This record gives sequence, structure tokens and C-alpha cells, in this order.
Amino acid sequence: MQHLKIICPNGHLGFAPLRPESFEIGVNAQPDFIAADSGSDDVGPVPLGSDTSTSPEAWQRGDLEKMLLASRRLGVPMVIGSAGDTGSNSRVDRYVAIIKELAQQHGLKKFKLGYFYSEVDKEALRAKMRAGHEVLGLDGFATLTESELDATDRIVAMAGVHPYIELLRQGADVIIGGRSSDAAVFAAPALFHGFAEDRAYYLGKVLECASFCAEPYGGKETVMGTISHDDVQVTAMHPEQRCTIASVSGHAMYERSNPYEEFFAGGRLDMTHCHYEQIDPRTTRITGSRFEPAAKVRVKLEGAGKVGERYVGLCGIRDPYTVANVDRVIAWAREQARLRFGDSGYGLHYNVYGRDGVMGALEPLRDQPGHELCVMVQGVAPTQEMAEELTMIGLRQMFYARLPDVKGTAGSVAFPLDEVLHASPAYRWTLNHTVEVDDPMELFKTHLVEAGI
Amino acid sequence: MNTQKLSELAKTIRSKNAGVNKITFDIIFREAAQYERVKRSGAITRDSMAALYRIPVERISDFVEYDPGLAIKFTVYRLQPSGSAGDGDIFGAQQYAPLLDIAIPA
Repeated sequence: MQHLKIICPNGHLGFAPLRPESFEIGVNAQPDFIAADSGSDDVGPVPLGSDTSTSPEAWQRGDLEKMLLASRRLGVPMVIGSAGDTGSNSRVDRYVAIIKELAQQHGLKKFKLGYFYSEVDKEALRAKMRAGHEVLGLDGFATLTESELDATDRIVAMAGVHPYIELLRQGADVIIGGRSSDAAVFAAPALFHGFAEDRAYYLGKVLECASFCAEPYGGKETVMGTISHDDVQVTAMHPEQRCTIASVSGHAMYERSNPYEEFFAGGRLDMTHCHYEQIDPRTTRITGSRFEPAAKVRVKLEGAGKVGERYVGLCGIRDPYTVANVDRVIAWAREQARLRFGDSGYGLHYNVYGRDGVMGALEPLRDQPGHELCVMVQGVAPTQEMAEELTMIGLRQMFYARLPDVKGTAGSVAFPLDEVLHASPAYRWTLNHTVEVDDPMELFKTHLVEAGI
Repeated sequence: MNTQKLSELAKTIRSKNAGVNKITFDIIFREAAQYERVKRSGAITRDSMAALYRIPVERISDFVEYDPGLAIKFTVYRLQPSGSAGDGDIFGAQQYAPLLDIAIPA
């Protein structure tokens, strides 16, 4: 095989629907694979901890349907990574079920459906730790302790290319992956077809976010990557978009602290010597990427742990004196919560919109608040009842704050609602770590079934 | 040339999570001349960014002048991982605003 063409219609399948026009153009370009990643840790720890997705199933189903029908029509494989945002087992099962249902619904001819799981059993990880394997923290996280493991509800491991290649080897026509590196769903087909790691991983890197590597800015549009034995080429499929030297090289820095490198289970992509060339108005050619295999394979682990049940309340402030003294208003409400529930065992959080609600302590203008403020109160506690009462105290008592020189003595804040609202439980990231494995397949169990009729 | 705001010179100024514990900032230019001018001005450095965001310089994990992308890029550690209760910006997507008005001398 001299060339392999892969189209990617969506950088985070399910989070917002793909755009059908450029997808259709991509399909008509006769790709060899249709692939997309469906995961992200950008959505915070709640989906992983509570084992949910951030978006309606209808959006996931809609994109899977378009991709599946195109893949079966062309007779080329479809590869999806990190099912349902988190890539947990329940998300893989959901996507597998959707594919089977779609195959029935559309009367698709029998095909092989491969999938793999990425969840890591807590006790298995504990056993590894006790056997002397250090679970090392990334980006400021300390080495994993057993107490932090105890505080964790769910862990997924970030697969590299290995389970995808294994399923392709078994003849899978459609692959649904558990949590995996975004790039793996594109790199694996290229590696499977004999292209070099140096370019296969770069192909994955450049395609992972679909049209984010194109300009003008516009997400969810299809792009096509072509790998050969000499280069990678990437082309925008939307008629108004172009993959330019600037947009493609710029994409390397998106969401990454270092634009020159990226780590995978099994090695590191080095983009230091990448050379970019505009070969037609919509296509950029990339050479010079390098892949450095790791001597020992370390797999990234993501874990989330529940902090407590959560309620949310909102109020507004318009009196300029109260605006200037909002911290005293909050301190008064906090004190009332403390008198009721003590010093610890709960969390009460305030975001003051109009002052520093978005940026918190990073806000340079926090001493120049607007003429009105919105305060969001979040109460987090072990039970729903306590979280509700805590949030109600934290909100309601702002109304009764005792400011010495206030003119308005009939209430310090404005309520848009009388109630506090039940929100998702609060979770936190407990694992952002790596663990060494002897076999890169160790944490990823693959399955192959039939779908269609 | 007069003093200009960074937002008049850069084509893209953005922030976004880089993993769960860092936020990365990208300032991207259309023309090499503008990129070089901003680089040369010394207005965007590790120290000036720490001062702008009022954080100790150690909280900036990376500061890169990325020539292939005509971009200046720096990355800041969060105080708490993304999505912890109270985090006002789970994606880290709205932390760049203070960069827009930075004055770039002629």
C-alpha cells in the first residue's frame, strides 16, 4: 500500500454534532478509514466519576449513524476512540449497542464489530502498588497513595495504538474503543498497513481534532489525512476551509504545554524538526516528524472520586456599597453555615460574577467590579439533605448580611429564584498518573462480535 | 509605528486546558513581522505573564516561542485540578482576556 487516506469528521464525537456537508465531501473522496475520537478530560471529573456522558445520546447516535452508514457503503473500517467522553466500560457498551441497533435498523449486511475496555480495577491497581510499582503523578500530582486510591470511584487507562491494531488484525470492520489517546484511532490503521511510526503518530496528532487544524476557525468539519512512505498530507474538506502551514503547525500547540512533543503509551512523538509545505490551497504537507519508542511502556491513568452531593443557588447584588463589600456578605453567610455545621465536613463555594467569577485569583481586575454582581453558591456535603440545607444557608444568609452603613435594610441581595437547585454530585480528579506495564495490552481486553443481518 | 494592543497584532489569543491541572495560553500571529515585533518588544515574557496574572513565576510550567507556528505560548498550573467544585472555567477557555490589551511598543 502506497497511500492511506483517513477522514475525521469530529474532534470530540458526541459533544456537538458533525457537520454533514463536509463529511459527505470527505466520504466522496473515497477514504480508506473513517475515524474519530469521542473522549476528553476537558469535561471535568464528573462524567468519569458518575459514569455518565456530557451530551444527549441522540447526538452520539446521530454521528455514529452517519459514520457507520458511510463506512458500510464504502466497505472501509470505522474506528471510534474513547466512547462517550470518558471511555468507561458502560460508555463502550452503549456505543456497541448503538452500532448493533443501527445495523439492524438499516438492514446492514453482517460485519465484524470489535471493541475493548479501558477501565482499571482498583484492587488490581492496589496489588500492583503493593508489589512495588509506583504510580507516578503527572503535572503536579503526587505519587499515588492507597488513601487517594480509596477516594477514587472509577479509573480508566489511556490506550495507545495496541488494542486497535489487535482488533484490525482480527478483521474488525468497526471498532469502538475505551479510553485512548486521541491520535491512536488514526495512527493504528496507518501502522497496521505498514506505515512508519514517525509519520503514523503525526497523522494521528494532526487529525485528532478534525477541522481545528484548518482555517478559518470552524469546528466539527471533516478533514482528510493521507499518509505515504514519505510524508503526511492534510486537506480541509469544507469548501471554505483550508489546511495552511499556519493552521496545521498551530494545531500542534493546541491543548498542549509543549508544541514540540507528545507522549503515548509506548513512546514520544517529536515534532521539533517538522517541515510544513503548502502543496495546494487546501492541503499542507508535513515531513520530518519523529517517533521515539519508549524502553518501558507507561500507561496514563485517569481517575475521579466523589466529593459529595451538591446544590447550587444564585443571587444578584446591585447596591454599590454591597457590591464593594461582597466579601463581607459572603463571610457572614459562611459564618452562619459554620454555626450550623461546624468547621469541616462540607464545602461552600462562591463564584462572584461581575468581579472574578470566571478567573478567580487570576483576575487582574478583581478590584474593579461591575455595577451589578451575580453570586453563584455551591454547597457540597455527604448527603443531599445536608447539601440542600448548607446551600440554602450559604445563599439565604447573604440576604441578612449585616453591613454597618447599608442604606437598604430590607435585604442585601436579589433572588431570581426562591430555591436552591439540585446539581450533579461534586467529583475531583484523583488520578492523573502513569503506571508501567510489561505488555501494552495488559489493561485492555478486546472483544469481537458480529453485527448486522 | 505606534504602541499597539496585542489584540491588534495577533490573529488568535486563546486559553485552554492542557491536561487536568494546567491551562495553556496561545498568542498566534498571521505575519512573521508582527510575531518578531512582539517577541523583540519583551512585553511577553515568563516574568511579565506572572506579573499580569499575579502568580509566582514557578506556576508557569512552560514558556515557548514557537517559530513554526508564529506563536508565543505559556502554560500555567491550576491551583486545583479542572472541574473541582468552585472552578469557574472547567475548560480553561476564558482565561486569556487580560492578554488582549497588553501594550506592545513600536
